[in-house]
Amino acid sequence: MSDAAIRPKIERASLAESLKTRAPLALVPALALVGFLAIGSFPTWVTLTVAGLAMGMMIFIMASGLTLVFGLMDVINFGHGAFVTVGAFVGFTVLAWLAGWTSDPSILINLTAVFLAILASMAVTGLLGYAFERTIVMPVYGSHLKQILVTMGGLIIAQQLIIVIWGPDAIHLSRPEALQGSFIFGTALVEKYRLLAVVVGLILFLAMSYVLNRTKIGLLVRAGVENGEMVEALGYRIGRLFLGVFMTGSALAGLGGVMWGLYQETITAHMGSEIMVLVFIVVIIGGLGSVGGCFIGAMLVGLLSNYAAFLMPKFALVSTIVLMVAVLMWRPQGLYPVVKAK
Amino acid sequence: MSEPLLALDGVHTHIDQYHILQGVSFQVPAGGVTMLLGRNGAGKTTTLRTIMGLWHASSGAVRFDGRDITALSTPDIARLGIAYVPESMGIFSDLTVRENMVLAATAGTMDNSRLDWIFELFPPLKTFWDMPAGNLSGGQKQMLSIARAIVEPRRLVLIDEPTKGLAPAIILSVRKALEALKETDTTILLVEQNFSLASRVGDTVAVMDDGRIIHTGEMAELAADRSLQERLMGLSLEAHQ
Repeated sequence: MSDAAIRPKIERASLAESLKTRAPLALVPALALVGFLAIGSFPTWVTLTVAGLAMGMMIFIMASGLTLVFGLMDVINFGHGAFVTVGAFVGFTVLAWLAGWTSDPSILINLTAVFLAILASMAVTGLLGYAFERTIVMPVYGSHLKQILVTMGGLIIAQQLIIVIWGPDAIHLSRPEALQGSFIFGTALVEKYRLLAVVVGLILFLAMSYVLNRTKIGLLVRAGVENGEMVEALGYRIGRLFLGVFMTGSALAGLGGVMWGLYQETITAHMGSEIMVLVFIVVIIGGLGSVGGCFIGAMLVGLLSNYAAFLMPKFALVSTIVLMVAVLMWRPQGLYPVVKAK
Repeated sequence: MSEPLLALDGVHTHIDQYHILQGVSFQVPAGGVTMLLGRNGAGKTTTLRTIMGLWHASSGAVRFDGRDITALSTPDIARLGIAYVPESMGIFSDLTVRENMVLAATAGTMDNSRLDWIFELFPPLKTFWDMPAGNLSGGQKQMLSIARAIVEPRRLVLIDEPTKGLAPAIILSVRKALEALKETDTTILLVEQNFSLASRVGDTVAVMDDGRIIHTGEMAELAADRSLQERLMGLSLEAHQ
């Protein structure tokens, strides 16, 4: 038999297949366009769009860790919200200590205070993630029902501990001086803090994309999401990878908690469990385990929530659920499902 | 026969309530190819997975180069120089061919001369170097799976049914690769249903049935003895051709 007989050949994807693969990428601009046509006023649309993107970015920050944890470790972590709450409270504590910095008119000093608050929150929630994975999650690998039960239990314990430490009342978390107020672009008002949230979210997304696509650790995570057993057979200790991803996911939830707390300007012991509904919707829309899908899902949820709240306030209450149902009817596994080895 | 590189001694493996391996004992001499043959469900894949630590033996011992590896974890076993090519190929579809190879090169960067040797064995891998592995055909995925196992020098390569479901041209390519690998220091334990290929590349053989080893010996002797083939596997070599 000649070598010509085994000449490599790959079939070119048909136009329909290409469109099917790339269609989710068009959803965010399509929704923004529909929003523009429905709202009719350019300045209002700009304000709502930036608000939607900011909200989406913050949800993405919280959801990205959860989707990676699910994809890689097959762990449904209902306790993820605890890290959001702890992050917000640690951030509040640091900002309270740095009250002089947050009231300073210098934006540089304000941003340094926020940066330190974020750093402290990520460190605390990362370490908390370590303890959570070792004591609560590790014994229930492979059993979804037990995972749901023990992580819910972990969430409740964390909430009660927060009440013990910081008290049961809602706490006002004011934004630093330079992050209050809005920029005016023409006749459009854009809140300064929302712009910061968009920038932080974009930086995180680009950093995650770089790590996942350009580094060996990222390759291992992507490979582990698909086939953890084969990663072990290549000589890598997937347990350490699990722990690292869980700690990173927890730290990102802590970052999201600080950002969300500053966005809402009020923090409570239950804020994490409340936001988790949106976080789970985003993870499901994106496709379990997919960071790219999670990013698109978060943008869609953020934009739709803001457009709906302006156009049809009653519909806004169910808009994200309707979005999830619509996406799942179109793609039952989510926008970019991760193919896992059986 | 040279000293065994790998030895299984009375290995029992349970998967849930099922008792799959029931006292498997055989040896894999250093160098050359040892065939592990048997009917579907005989326990061949379980044997490879038990050696690799993916399923742990409930009793008995697996020794590699004289060292007991029965209780070692899979990554520790892999780092002893044992590579595994599963029946499912275990390709990371979302990663490119290059990324699959990079991950397999656990010691560090890939050696260019070894990579050239692999490209000679499997030319499509060079062509599709930066393509997602999920886009490859079944045969090309098998090539990648084997290439990944040999991207660095290994002492033992466990290969599970590499020709299953492949076109004859690809089987030829896989056979050439196995023959080329035989020329190196690498020892191969090969599970294969294709008796024709087994008789061409195999040096020694172990035949399994119902979770036990029922025959060991030289592959050439089994290939030449039709009645033994029929007795052990229910079919002769001629029936496979």
